[in-house]
Parts: sequence; structure tokens; C-alpha cells
Amino acid sequence: MTIARKRYALALGAGAVALAVVGGSALADMPKRGGVLNFVVGSKIPTYDGHRESTFGMIHPIRPFYSLLIRVNPENPQSTTDYQCDLCEGALPSATNDGKTYTFSVRKDVKFHDGTPLTAHDIKATFDKIIFPPEGVISSRKPQFSMVESIEAPDDHTVVFNLRYPSGAFIPAIAAPFNFVFAKKDLEREDPEGQDPLYGMKWHQTNINGTGAFRFVQHQPGAFVEGARYDGYHHDGKPYLDGFKAISAPKTAVRINAIRGDRAAIEFRGFAPKQRDDLVAALGDRITVQESDWNCQLLISINHKKPPFDDVRVRQALMHAVDRWSASDSLSKIAIVKTVAGIVFPSHGLAIDDATLKTYAGFWPDIDKARAEAKRLLKEAGAENLTFDLHNRTVDMPYRILGTWLIGEWKKIGVNVTQAGVATSEWYATHRAGTHDLGIDANCQSVINPVADVGKYTSRSGNPANYSHYEDPALDEMHDRLLRSGDPAEQAEIMRAFEKRVLNDEAHYGMTLWWNKINPHRSYVKGWKIAPSHYLNQHLDQVWIDKG
Amino acid sequence: MAVTTGAYVTDEVFERPPLQSRMWAILRAQPLGIAGALIVLVMVMAALFAPYIASHDPELNDFGAMLVPPDGGHWLGTDEFGRDIFSRLVWGARTAMLVGFSCALLGSTIGLLIGVASAYFGGKFDILLQRVIDIFIAFPAIILALAIVTVLGTGTQNVIIAITIPLIPNCARVVRSSALAIREIPYVDAARALGFGHARIVLRHMAPNVMAPYLIMLTTFLGQAILAEASLSFLGLGVQEPIPAWGLMLQGGAQEYAESAPWVPIFPGVAISLAVFGFNLFGDALRDLLDPKLRQQ
Repeated sequence: MTIARKRYALALGAGAVALAVVGGSALADMPKRGGVLNFVVGSKIPTYDGHRESTFGMIHPIRPFYSLLIRVNPENPQSTTDYQCDLCEGALPSATNDGKTYTFSVRKDVKFHDGTPLTAHDIKATFDKIIFPPEGVISSRKPQFSMVESIEAPDDHTVVFNLRYPSGAFIPAIAAPFNFVFAKKDLEREDPEGQDPLYGMKWHQTNINGTGAFRFVQHQPGAFVEGARYDGYHHDGKPYLDGFKAISAPKTAVRINAIRGDRAAIEFRGFAPKQRDDLVAALGDRITVQESDWNCQLLISINHKKPPFDDVRVRQALMHAVDRWSASDSLSKIAIVKTVAGIVFPSHGLAIDDATLKTYAGFWPDIDKARAEAKRLLKEAGAENLTFDLHNRTVDMPYRILGTWLIGEWKKIGVNVTQAGVATSEWYATHRAGTHDLGIDANCQSVINPVADVGKYTSRSGNPANYSHYEDPALDEMHDRLLRSGDPAEQAEIMRAFEKRVLNDEAHYGMTLWWNKINPHRSYVKGWKIAPSHYLNQHLDQVWIDKG
Repeated sequence: MAVTTGAYVTDEVFERPPLQSRMWAILRAQPLGIAGALIVLVMVMAALFAPYIASHDPELNDFGAMLVPPDGGHWLGTDEFGRDIFSRLVWGARTAMLVGFSCALLGSTIGLLIGVASAYFGGKFDILLQRVIDIFIAFPAIILALAIVTVLGTGTQNVIIAITIPLIPNCARVVRSSALAIREIPYVDAARALGFGHARIVLRHMAPNVMAPYLIMLTTFLGQAILAEASLSFLGLGVQEPIPAWGLMLQGGAQEYAESAPWVPIFPGVAISLAVFGFNLFGDALRDLLDPKLRQQ
């Protein structure tokens, strides 16, 4: 055999091997039908009504029963801009009428689980309930739709949203995973006893009738929720699973052991780094780990109503004392936090770059210089021997860990802080009442929608979620312009000015680190892709089980 | 030899044995009690001289030394924040002793006053007070403490209040039973006849005569209070991070790292057990010494 022939034979052999590997891999990645997915959920179900609730305890077991008008692309959930139709048809509509009208074509092949065909009137009734709820009906996402003026359904398969002003926040708001589409007839149900005029509006709190990939089978409160494949599901060939069982397991140790002992395959919220390491050590390649930045952050609320925190120098000093850059490395080993960033989700187009961030109070790369500045500012403000309480939740991960870390950082500039840990209800009550000094606050969102999410930092008078209790008309004006801007370049410019004012110039709020989502799961769970939120990508229609 | 003392003449003098002999007698009679007293002494000394004994700042985060096993630099290793466990244990003794002594002293003293007053006044006052005490005793102490701390909030001061309240009725009930007998002794009637006020009779004449049960309850409460503080802190409702406290050291990271870094939970666990053991041994010995029946045996 000549050298050329040998080379050819080798190449042929290598090609055959490569083909076998690729082919095998492709076969392995082919979805398989059948099986029941068991997963654990660490929180309770308050009600089944997604429009009302905001907890993953409801989303994880209930979302698979429902569909949305549009959703985050399940194949690309890490993208902050990739949305696709769920109950609408074709591509996402572009805005018309100078950016003030969105017209959706509604699919004609969709039926609710009770057999009722879906029409545009169901979509309108759903969003009317979310955006314009009657008095007495709770709609948690109503504030995100301030740009919507009206909704119309001119025929059975067209729904039109008319906006007051063009807004880049509209599409992400529509895609929120809590916007379950309900049947109009269910929302208009009348109380059999004739007493509650809002009976239909409340019907979904205790009943389920959706168009999702799975039909409701049963809910044993405190134990599990069970769903079975819906054969009439509108996405062809899906779902792949025969069903799912969402097992209630409030204790972390129980959830870990459930996965370790294969009583459950996955937990969708996220585990701590140590728990991930333990599972990997115990199960080896039988565990697959997916990780992602998480659209959650713990903030330091600084109560402006309480002296000396009304002094910007004191606020800036407290920010300068905290070494976020080194904490990113160390804290990420013990807590579900990792990325240093500003007020916008790190990988979003509107997020700040590191070079700019490093010029802000609390982000200087030279921590010794920053702490010297902190001491100078405290001295100048006459607050050298500052002592205060840090109001925090008695929840370890990551609240108390971050609280303990911050106290250690402030001690390095001579500030003595006591951690005041309270139960969640009191934590909210104190933050709302504004009786705290400083507090650990949280900003956790689902769809990445920075324009809407930074509303957290507007003035207290129009924003009850502002737990720093300040009024800043300049910020409000900027946020209003941000909401009305459809131009990405203009949005970026406004966002930079807004963020600089919040974090640096006024130091209204302090940032800690963005959360890091860690999902170790049984390797036989396929098709599920981690999203930057524990609320997203939970319809389960793309998940399958491959036990080889 | 006859000795004249005023109008009294006795045939012999009862000479107290020398201190060394008395100590030896107690040591032989109560070796466990002495062991308990030594443990208590070590804990108290650690609490008093914590700044001189501790090798590191107990609240200093050192992320360069996270979960270091016991070695020359950190005798008992470090926790997940890189804090020195030995130093936290030593300073934690201060928290334990502060809470333990405060709760025990307050609980037993208030209980003493209530118990004696209840026995002295008797009648409807006694019946009413005892029913209130019944209500408090009906709740397990830790449940009552949990409820109180939930209302008051966390922190050392509130923990002391939460642990003290359940101790009061226990002491009041025990003291009352002793005080009932004392109430019938003629000197109480005599004091009344002389026109002494209720407060004087209760405080000057009755309370000193129930000191034995009071002291026994006091020492018993010390161990209980330390354990309750550790339990509350373990449940996240007691002392808050980063204050060094033994129960708190068993919480959070200690559970998570129990397998990979066993020194994190083991040493505070041993400290709590030793402290409670020591106080209980000491309390038992004290009871034996103060109870005439047991002393004769």
C-alpha cells in the first residue's frame, strides 16, 4: 500500500469513526417518547392562578397545564431577546402605528383541555384580567403594562394591543411565564350560589383548564401535583413525556436526597455550590449540571428617612467598603451568587461594561483606596463611629450569608453592624414601613426586561417596592423616558445615566452580586435548558427521558 | 474541758475541721460535682478572658482560609467564612454564659418572689396565680420561647427575655411548695403580729428560708438556658451572625459541611454538651449538699 493509499485509508477510517460518533450522538439527542418526569419543588402552591401569584412554588407544578401568547424560545432561553409564538401564529408581530399597535394572529388549532376551542376572545379576556383587573381581583403583573391602553379582538383569530406610547418593555412583559391564557367562558362563570360577582375571575385559583402540554390529573396538597400528556397539544409531536409528578419537598436536604436516590430527577429552582459538588461526587456522570446567571439580585436598601443615611457621603462610604470583585470568587463557593454587575442583567445589551462600572462607588478595583475613601467620607460626614442594624430575612441562602459578609466588610472601615434577622412577613412589613436602618432587599424577575425591572429604583411615592424610601424626581423622569423609548441606543444612554445616579452619584441602593443558578439533574433528563430565571422555560413540552 | 459562754455551759466545743479536710470530704462525697464545677469554671474563665484567650478575631471573614482543617494556625480549623473556630468557641462561651446566667438569675429570682408571695397570701390570689402558672407550664419551654422570640424579634436581649419567661413558673411552683410549709411556722405569725408589712415578711423572713430550692433551680436553669439559647440560635431565631454563639455555629454551614468539614459542627456541639453536662453535675451536687436528707445519706 502506497503512502497516499495509507493516508486515504486512514482518512476513510477516521471519517467512518467520526460519522459513527456524530450519528450516535445525533441519535442520542433524538427526543424519545414516554416516561414520567418526577421533580421536587421547595415551596407551596398558594393558588393555581398565575395572574395572582409570583412564586416558583406555583409556576413549577402548574405552568405545564397552560400556554402563553408568546414565550421565551425554549431552545434558546439564555437569550434576553429571543421570543416566539406559543398561542399566536408565525413570527412575532412588529409594531405598527408608530410603535403603538401590536397585532397577533391567534392559532386556529388549539383547544382547552375541556374541549373548548381557543379564540382571540380568550386572549383578550386573559389580558383584560391581567392589565385591567376589576376591583377585588389581584393582578401581580398589572404595573408592567402601564403602556397598554386597550385590547381588541376584531375577529376570532386576531388580537390587537393598543399602546399609549411605543415601549421596548411591552413584548417582554407579554412573555412573562405567569400570563397563563384562560378561557373566556371560565372567567365569566357565575357563582352557583349567586353571591360572588367575581366568581369567574377567581375560578382559576382553585381550578385548572388550560391549553398546555399536560392535563391536570390530581393535586394532593403538601404531597404532589400530577399531570398527564395532553394529546391535543398544539406544538406538533410534543410533549414527549407521558406525564409529570411535581413532588412537594420544602426541605433542601429532602430534595437533594430525592435526586441522589433517584426518587426525583431534577429540581428546577437551583442548589447551592456545595450541594452541587456533593451530588456530582456521589453520582458522577449520572448527574449533569447546568449553570447560568440568574435574574435575581440582593440589594442593600439604605433608608433615607433615617439619619445619617440621608447623607449621600455616608451612603457612598458604605458602598466603598464592600469588595465585590474578590467576593465574586469567594462567595460563589458557598452561596448562589457570582457575577458583579450594575442594575441591568449582566448579559443584556443594556448592561454596563466593567470599565465603567469600576468607576462607581463600591466597584473600585483597588479596595484599599476605596476603603480609605470610605473612611474619609465618613469623617467628613461626622459619622466615623457609625453603628446600625442590618435588617435581613432569616433565610440562609443567600440572605444571611450575604448579610454576614457585608457586616464583615463594613467592620473593615470601623462601622459596627448588628444583623437583625426576622421572618419573611416581618421583613416585608419593616421594609414597607421604613423602620429599618439598612436592609437586604431582593429584586427577582422572570423575563429579562431591564426597562421595566429598573422601575424598582424610582421614587417611593410612585413605587411601593422602593425600600430605600427616597424621592428622586430626576430618576423618575429618566425612567419615564426609558419606558417610552423604542430606540436601543437612546435606551442605553438613558440607562447609563439612570444607573450612575442610583449607584454612584446618589448611592440610593447598594448592589451585592447577581445570583448564580445551579441546576444539577439526573443525566437522563434531556431537552430542558437552563434559563436565567427559575420561572422560565417550565412548560416541559420539550423535555424527554433517555435512560438508554 | 468545760467552757463557759455567758450563761451557757457546754461540755465540749464543736471545732470546725480545717478547710483542707472539708474540701477533701466534699471531693470524696461529690467527685462528679467537683468535675462539673471545674467545667463551669473553665467556661466562665473562657467567657471572662475571651479577648486574651482567642487567637483570632472571631468575626473576621478570611476567604483565603475557608474550611481549613485543624492545624497550627487554626487549632480547631475554620468555617465557611474562614473564621477561626477556636476563637469563636471562646467568644461563644461569653454569649452562652451571658444568656445562661441572665436567664437563670432572672427566671429563678422572679420565680422565687412569685412563689413565696403566692404561698404567703394564699386564698384566691394563690389559686389565680397557680392557674396562670398552670397555663405557662402547659407549654413546652422551647415552644413558649419560640413564640416569644417570634413576637419580640431576634437578638441577645430578646433571647434572654424569651428563655427567662418559661423558667419563671417552674421556679415559682417549686418555691411555693417550700414556702407553704414556712408560712405555717410561728415566726411568720409573730412577724405579722408585730405589724411588719407584707413585703418585709415575704422578702426578709420567708424568701431567705427557701434558698435551698432556689439555688438548686438556679443551677438547673443555667444548663437549660444555655441549651435553649443554642436551640433558638440553631433555629435561626436566637443570636444573629456574625456574633459568636455555639448554637449558631451548628446552624447553616455546619449542616452543609458536616461531611466534608466535620470540625465545623463537632467542636461547638461538644462545647454545648460539656457546658450543659457541667452545669447539671454541679447542680446535682449542690442539691445533694443542700438537702438535709440526702446529706445524711
